[in-house]
Amino acid sequence: MNGADQSGLFERAVLPHLGSAYNLARWLIRNDQDAEDLVQEACLRALKSFEGFRGGDARAWLLTIVRNSCYTWLRENRLQELATAFDEEIHTGEEDSPSPEALLLQGANTRLVQDALEALPPEFREAIVLRELEGLSYREIAGLCGVPVGTVMSRLARARQRLERHLTDSVQKGGLP
Amino acid sequence: MSCPENQALIHGYVDGELDLLSTLQVEAHLKECAACARAYENHKALSRALRSGPLYFRPSANLEQRIRAELVESGATAIRPALSPREGSRRRPPSWAWLGVAASVVLVVLAVGWFVTKPFNTPPDRLVAQEVLAGHVRSLMASHLTDVPSSDQHTVKPWFDGKLDFAPPVEDLSAQGFPLVGGRLDYLEDRPVAALVYQRRKHFINVFIWPSTAQSAPRSVMRQGYNLIYWTSSGMTYWAVSDLNYTELSDFVRLFQDRASKTVSP
Repeated sequence: MNGADQSGLFERAVLPHLGSAYNLARWLIRNDQDAEDLVQEACLRALKSFEGFRGGDARAWLLTIVRNSCYTWLRENRLQELATAFDEEIHTGEEDSPSPEALLLQGANTRLVQDALEALPPEFREAIVLRELEGLSYREIAGLCGVPVGTVMSRLARARQRLERHLTDSVQKGGLP
Repeated sequence: MSCPENQALIHGYVDGELDLLSTLQVEAHLKECAACARAYENHKALSRALRSGPLYFRPSANLEQRIRAELVESGATAIRPALSPREGSRRRPPSWAWLGVAASVVLVVLAVGWFVTKPFNTPPDRLVAQEVLAGHVRSLMASHLTDVPSSDQHTVKPWFDGKLDFAPPVEDLSAQGFPLVGGRLDYLEDRPVAALVYQRRKHFINVFIWPSTAQSAPRSVMRQGYNLIYWTSSGMTYWAVSDLNYTELSDFVRLFQDRASKTVSP
């Protein structure tokens, strides 16, 4: 296959997933410009290794490369963020969970949800982004992040618990618009 | 089943990721444990809020353009070294053709003829296509679409005088829905060429023109989502390139050819 055929094939397989790639990078990096630069760099890297791509899910393949680029960037620029401990336990149902209505009400307040999600450590943030925004299955997320399926479920559990706590705390502090 | 055990499983349940047995267990637990049932409702509400849309970040239109341009660049560098070995192997007639000499001399002559002429036709066109496409993408990226921005053919045509050693036909097709945007000098095939820019809605069409002695009917090729149509007539080679769909681009080419044949005498 020559260069032009190769890049034509690459375009058709990979470029449709640019939106997903950017969404993941933007959530991990939390900055428009750096996220775009990283996606661009990741696409070039993907093109170079495209011959190694043997069909299958092009989106998952591209997202894996984008994710690796993002973590390299975070290690170089925001090491502190990666080191943040998140040893929150999964809480039992005995705690007074807020009523679902309170959460629903805040669902309308995008800014609040966005802040809460951005406050999560990257591994937990990406689990939510891949599951809720990209609609990936546990198995796909596990493959992408290189962790067992059980870890994906426990990360999602802890991430959701933290998000819910963050949202109800904001309400109690009068965070509602 | 205890509550802590369920707390994790409930998430698998929310996500529809549990096997049948675990699903039934969680459902049974949710019926009898109000706290877990409330937690479940919360997770669902959160999930809905997250999926509602505004949290999905979209890249700027610019990003895709930047990446496409980079692909063109890297495609152009990748294609050159890859060409020569292919050219060599195509030029050689296949061995079965020679084994078939006894059966049919004519067949062999035809086969050799085809294999010899093929590499002379195809690869140069492919290289030009790559150059033309790179020129098109560059013109859109660097905000250097035109040197002479004008929709008036009588402004654009004289502008090329003295800048090129030929006079490209400049046609006004605005009545047909392809307004002229302007003209530009470009460099292709190791020579300065004329580039005319037309517009169709939000799509730009670059027409690259340079002198040529050959004569050929329009042919088309698709590269990286762009359509390219090229032809030679009245001593000029034309390459039209755009991200416009094929049908409209070939309409444009027909109109352009029609007009140009009336203004350029062979």
